[in-house]
Amino acid sequence: MIMNNNPALDFLKKYTMVIALVLVIIFFSITTGGKILFAQNINNLISQNGYVFVLATGMLLCILTGGNIDLSVGSVVCFNMGIGALMLQKGIPTFITMLAMLAVGLVIGMFQGFWVAWVSVPPFIVTLAGMYAFRGLSNVVLGGLSVGVNNESFLAIFGGGANCYVPDLFGNGSLNLTCIVAGLIVAVLVIVMQIRNQSVRKSLGIASSGPGELIRTVIIAALVVIISYRLAQYKGIPSVLIWIALILLIYGYITTNTAIGRYFYAVGGNEKATRLSGVNTKMVYFLAYANMGMLAGFAGVLMLARAGHAEPTYGVGYEMDAIAACFIGGASAYGGVGKITGVIIGAALMGVINQGMSIMGMSANYQSAVKGIVLLVAVLVDVLTKKENA
Amino acid sequence: MAKIILEMKNITKTFPGVKALDNVNLKVEEGEIHALVGENGAGKSTLMNVLSGIYPYGTYEGDIIYNGEVCKFNTIKDSEGKGIVIIHQELALVPEMSIGENMYLGNERGKKSAINWNQTYAEADKYLKMVGLTESSKVLVKEIGTGKQQLVEIAKALAKNAKLLILDEPTSSLNEEDSRALLDLMLGFKKQGMTMIIITHKLNEVSYVADKITVVRDGSTIETIDNANHDIDEDRIIKGMVGREITNRFPPRQGVKIGDVNMEVSNWTVHHPLYPERIVVNDVSMYVRKGEVVGIYGLMGAGRTELAMSIFGQSYGILTGGTLKLNGQEVKLKKSPTDAIKHKIAYVTEDRKGNGLILSQSIKVNTSLANLDSISNNTVIDKDKEYQVAEEYRQKLKTKTPSVEQLVGNLSGGNQQKVLLAKWMFAEPDVLILDEPTRGIDVGAKYEIYCIINDLAAAGKSVIMISSELPEVIGMSDRIYIMNASRIVGEMPASEATQENIMAAILQSGRGD
Repeated sequence: MIMNNNPALDFLKKYTMVIALVLVIIFFSITTGGKILFAQNINNLISQNGYVFVLATGMLLCILTGGNIDLSVGSVVCFNMGIGALMLQKGIPTFITMLAMLAVGLVIGMFQGFWVAWVSVPPFIVTLAGMYAFRGLSNVVLGGLSVGVNNESFLAIFGGGANCYVPDLFGNGSLNLTCIVAGLIVAVLVIVMQIRNQSVRKSLGIASSGPGELIRTVIIAALVVIISYRLAQYKGIPSVLIWIALILLIYGYITTNTAIGRYFYAVGGNEKATRLSGVNTKMVYFLAYANMGMLAGFAGVLMLARAGHAEPTYGVGYEMDAIAACFIGGASAYGGVGKITGVIIGAALMGVINQGMSIMGMSANYQSAVKGIVLLVAVLVDVLTKKENA
Repeated sequence: MAKIILEMKNITKTFPGVKALDNVNLKVEEGEIHALVGENGAGKSTLMNVLSGIYPYGTYEGDIIYNGEVCKFNTIKDSEGKGIVIIHQELALVPEMSIGENMYLGNERGKKSAINWNQTYAEADKYLKMVGLTESSKVLVKEIGTGKQQLVEIAKALAKNAKLLILDEPTSSLNEEDSRALLDLMLGFKKQGMTMIIITHKLNEVSYVADKITVVRDGSTIETIDNANHDIDEDRIIKGMVGREITNRFPPRQGVKIGDVNMEVSNWTVHHPLYPERIVVNDVSMYVRKGEVVGIYGLMGAGRTELAMSIFGQSYGILTGGTLKLNGQEVKLKKSPTDAIKHKIAYVTEDRKGNGLILSQSIKVNTSLANLDSISNNTVIDKDKEYQVAEEYRQKLKTKTPSVEQLVGNLSGGNQQKVLLAKWMFAEPDVLILDEPTRGIDVGAKYEIYCIINDLAAAGKSVIMISSELPEVIGMSDRIYIMNASRIVGEMPASEATQENIMAAILQSGRGD
């Protein structure tokens, strides 16, 4: 048994990527003269990267089942944007359009999941095929053209256009009070739940993991308050933040607290053992890909609102952003290991790097190169720390 | 006295959590066949891995002296350069490549940039003849049988100019005839001056082929026995391996109350999943009563695991005939372990790392996996309850770990086995099928596992224990089935069972065919 007697090293191992994120933020605060922490930039960071959070969440479930990835999501996002744009153009209401886009994504995911789960076609191949096919179909659906969205409510609700913010109920103009109040409520909730949780465990005689957990919760709560204050200084809560938060909360809960969530980890950790434990492992693969399709549909909704129109070239490379966010966030390339919180860190880290370099005025080409290096280093750190344990 | 070609001095090797080798000493004379014997997990394979450089110099303590000089091997290449070649227990051949390609894999003939295929195949054919194979070296490895593949491995070793050949359980997957041929081949090599180390569990082979026998137990060398006349008594070796009298290896059964028949299979026939013409379980009928421990003894490949897994929701093979009765009622299980678990059957695999545990997850997660429903409401897991369950079983089974949050991969073999048992006990089965429950774990942990088995039986469960260790089967069971070549060839109460009459049952069945 390995008993690590060095708490500092333990801490470093556990929070490598959090520390990296903090360092990167400090670095860009210096090089951009603090601009990266401006209210507007924090707002943009969230709005621009909404799709990464959503797609990476779905991708995490695929990766958990054994390092399997879904290459088709970029094309599926684009295909869905096309369908959504056409529906809105025909005057179909916002929520029906959204549901239709989710359904189309789900069906695509189920189609791919079927081959992966029951026919055992390698996911790489199935989704590579999907990547080509839906890119082509995006072109077909859109007739090779750009289709604009005029439905104002669709844009506002899903984070595009000028008014995509939660309206300020107490509005006094300069500072968005709704945003601050919401932030405070969330912060208090987080702390109360943690304390309640700890007291329940204590009463059940379950060993407490020390004050570390509480400290972590307090830091998270503080961050929520700080970010909400920053956002309040700009235009308030961007509506896309509500959607991202909702997705992350739902999937965070599923992965940590439900039986099906547990099965994703189990299948990736040891498929045979899981099957012999009475779990329908094929269904687990199927669900991972079906769900990925549905979330790609939802990412399509967010992107369509943000861009305000659909084009056949949209969504190129999104699958890679999602995959990278998972791996940077500590997911194992062999499956069985990875968390939604890791996805948040991974996606945020990439977003901050993108934005920091943009503000510094560096070209997109360099951004891509840096992202590549960060990905390699992140996985390297993971591999090396694991090796010590071997 | 002949020259000492190899001396391993005070070798100590530690893995996280286990001291695999503790001050091991081994002396091998030139031109002899030296046998290494010991129980599973005693450290034989580890010792050979140290010798061949798989565990590089610096990761162990002690010295390897070969041909009079201290060796510091960093890779297998280093040791092979000196003529020390190891043939591993698992065949390391690429099925889709030809014999010749396999033999020179990593050791290619000709230039690095241009392989000389003519030379490759010509030389390969030469070595194949030396091991008595008539196949062309252009034949694909997947097209020849296991016995011949083993010979290819030897030819491959010869092609590397082996002076000291190490064979790790070379006959474990061979039939009687192929085994004998291989041993005779070894004796032939010995005449030509080759030195060999053989690791094996088959003691009759040891006495037939070995000149000296070194016994390894719990990571230490116990003794080296001379066998120049090839007449060593097997009990003499066993005594060294086990280290104490066989009688006190098993805890006494208490509160034995054997009840009604709990599970019964009749005329159970199963075919191989990939080669449906092969019968792996042939017309087997057996039963187990409540509170009874039934042993199934058989050698590897006798069909024991196949029988167990096919009962467990047909998780192996194609069931072509037979009925399963639970509590007197005929039951048709769906083709899934889920259904078997629902009917309160549990199968504890022989391959705990491959088929049993999720090494990257905690003890807690592993313990609850087969019965998550019982700690969830509408699929939402009550994690506090889960923790308590895992903790309860940790205490009950005396699993040594700082906490149930520990990753299973960090535990020793014995403790992993306990987690595996905990998982299936938590599934609350009425019938537990334990497949080699003590494979590869140390003597102390074995005793504890035996105690758990006794407790399960005392609690009214039906336990079927599959084992290839005769003393274990005799010491633990109430009743014993003997399995050979896909059939049950004998049944006897444990009180009448001896090593002799069990082996006799197997031999007689062989003659009947």
